[in-house]
Amino acid sequence: MRRGRPAGPAGYIPAIWPALMLCVFFVIPFAIMAAISFFHRVEGGFYEPGFEFANYARFFTTFFARILGFSLFVSGLAAVVCVILGFPFTFMLTRLGRRRQVLWLVFLLSVLSLSEVIIGFSWSMLLSRTAGLSNLFVVAGLMDQPASWSPGFAALMMGLCYLAFPYTVLILYPPLSRLDPQLPEAARMLGASPLRTFFTVVVPAQRGAIVATLIMVFVFTLGAYLLPQLLGRPQHWTLSVMITDQAILQSNLPFSAAMAMFLMLVSLALVGLTYAIGGERREP
Amino acid sequence: MAELKLEGIGKRFGAVTAVENVDLTIPDGKLVCLLGPSGCGKTTLIRIIAGLEEPTTGRLLLDGEDITRLPAHRRNFGMVFQSLALFPHLTVGENIAYGLRIRGANRSVQKTRVDELLDMVQLPGLAGRHIAQLSGGQRQRVAIARALGLAPRLFLLDEPLSALDAKLREAMQVELRLLQQRLGITTIIVTHDQREAMTMSDLVVVMDDAKVQQVGTPLEIYRNPLNTFVADFIGSSNLLPVTVAGRTSVDLAGQLLTTPAISMDIVDGGPATLSIRPEDVHVLPPGAEGENRIAGRVTFVRDFGASVETHIRCDSVEAISVAAPKDRPDVACDDEVTVELPPASCVVLPR
Repeated sequence: MRRGRPAGPAGYIPAIWPALMLCVFFVIPFAIMAAISFFHRVEGGFYEPGFEFANYARFFTTFFARILGFSLFVSGLAAVVCVILGFPFTFMLTRLGRRRQVLWLVFLLSVLSLSEVIIGFSWSMLLSRTAGLSNLFVVAGLMDQPASWSPGFAALMMGLCYLAFPYTVLILYPPLSRLDPQLPEAARMLGASPLRTFFTVVVPAQRGAIVATLIMVFVFTLGAYLLPQLLGRPQHWTLSVMITDQAILQSNLPFSAAMAMFLMLVSLALVGLTYAIGGERREP
Repeated sequence: MAELKLEGIGKRFGAVTAVENVDLTIPDGKLVCLLGPSGCGKTTLIRIIAGLEEPTTGRLLLDGEDITRLPAHRRNFGMVFQSLALFPHLTVGENIAYGLRIRGANRSVQKTRVDELLDMVQLPGLAGRHIAQLSGGQRQRVAIARALGLAPRLFLLDEPLSALDAKLREAMQVELRLLQQRLGITTIIVTHDQREAMTMSDLVVVMDDAKVQQVGTPLEIYRNPLNTFVADFIGSSNLLPVTVAGRTSVDLAGQLLTTPAISMDIVDGGPATLSIRPEDVHVLPPGAEGENRIAGRVTFVRDFGASVETHIRCDSVEAISVAAPKDRPDVACDDEVTVELPPASCVVLPR
């Protein structure tokens, strides 16, 4: 990678195309959304240009504060669960032979190709009383009668983790496969058991990757708006569900734009905070 | 006291044999080099000794105790890895104290031992530094200090100096050898550098093609290589095709040469290889008569300052001579000369 600034104006030419794409597909839509969040809603109609803070003022209520808090909690928990499950999994994956690694990665990518809708409906069926997994447990003699596990918080968490797990593994895979295999071996030679080696060497040496993955999964699950409706009860609806509801069903674009802005700012702040605390390197 | 015995150690990876039937004794307090080209199985062998790889066949005995199935973390062997494998998230002091920490030693014990080890590798006062702040040579020393931190029964080094530049490597070789002699610790070093093996070790184990080719002191191996591989790999050798003509003479392109007694494994009249070191090949003015002298023509001259390398073609074979400038007549390319192959310096090997 070349560092430093390009020598002259000609050096900036390669940057034009990405800059243009970023502008057209990100900056402009974002600016439109930001503008709409200040517009005035016309009851029963659409909206008209204006400049008011009414949309923002509206969710300074305990109702929206609770939803925001719950959204952040759900995504944060999903990120933690995904990393706790995904990190040891990916570590073991990178120790396998090349062929088996490829098979696993292909499998994970195929899970990735499933949309939120399919995942949501599949899990709601698998966790249902009439056709769900509990019927298998009854057959196996583990349960007395089939139970309904969906909708509910656990079902929602399960769905979110299922959705985000392949991402977790794919983000953790490059840094873990670059981990020097002699590093854990050196710990073994110094008397650490495989388990202690994992916790005293592998995990701390990958701290940066773990923090980055937590942030990615957190942001990713924050945007899920179908799973809470399919697998959760109304009290489990996240801010993303509210935004969709306001934008599509209530035709209140200014308010949903304001909520989206707010959610984005709050999650950005949280990401920045996590990065500052967790990703901090003890450099000189 | 730590004597390691390998009995019939073998290791297969699928269809590939990495190490085949190795019998070896590493004497107590000695420095032993496993020497060979890449892919000869020397790294697999040291990993088996370390416990990082399980042998397919054979036994490992440490002072008579069978340690073949003992896991690596219970062996108490110190190891320096090729990549050094210093923990990037820990400081120098924390790296060195890692083993003690695992064993639950308290902080003051750790600190005392770290200072002691840093003094030993001549890096006093660096305990608080980060690994990224160290030079290559300093990292090397930290890796050595870390490996010796728990007073290991065996000290293993896998190509420890390969990342250093030539000058630093030489200095570290001397330092490592002095340290090993001072501590009297049984040490095994894997290297592909024959100079390193020759200058450091008490015993050299030459490996090729998954097998041990020869075991001996550096001088023994240099003087009396058992086969052409060893003769060629250790130092450099002129390997000349000859026919055996009696028990103490060979035929080199129609010229009879006197040699030391030829091994009984090589049949009379059969093909063999005459091995002679370049520094033992003498270049004389043309027409000088005498035993083991043949006529030739200079094809190439290379001047190193302290020595001169002369390539001489004698009939169908080419010999290389290396000599100090004062011990050699002033010859140039295409000059006629006489080459002397002193009988005592000749070794006849099976072809």
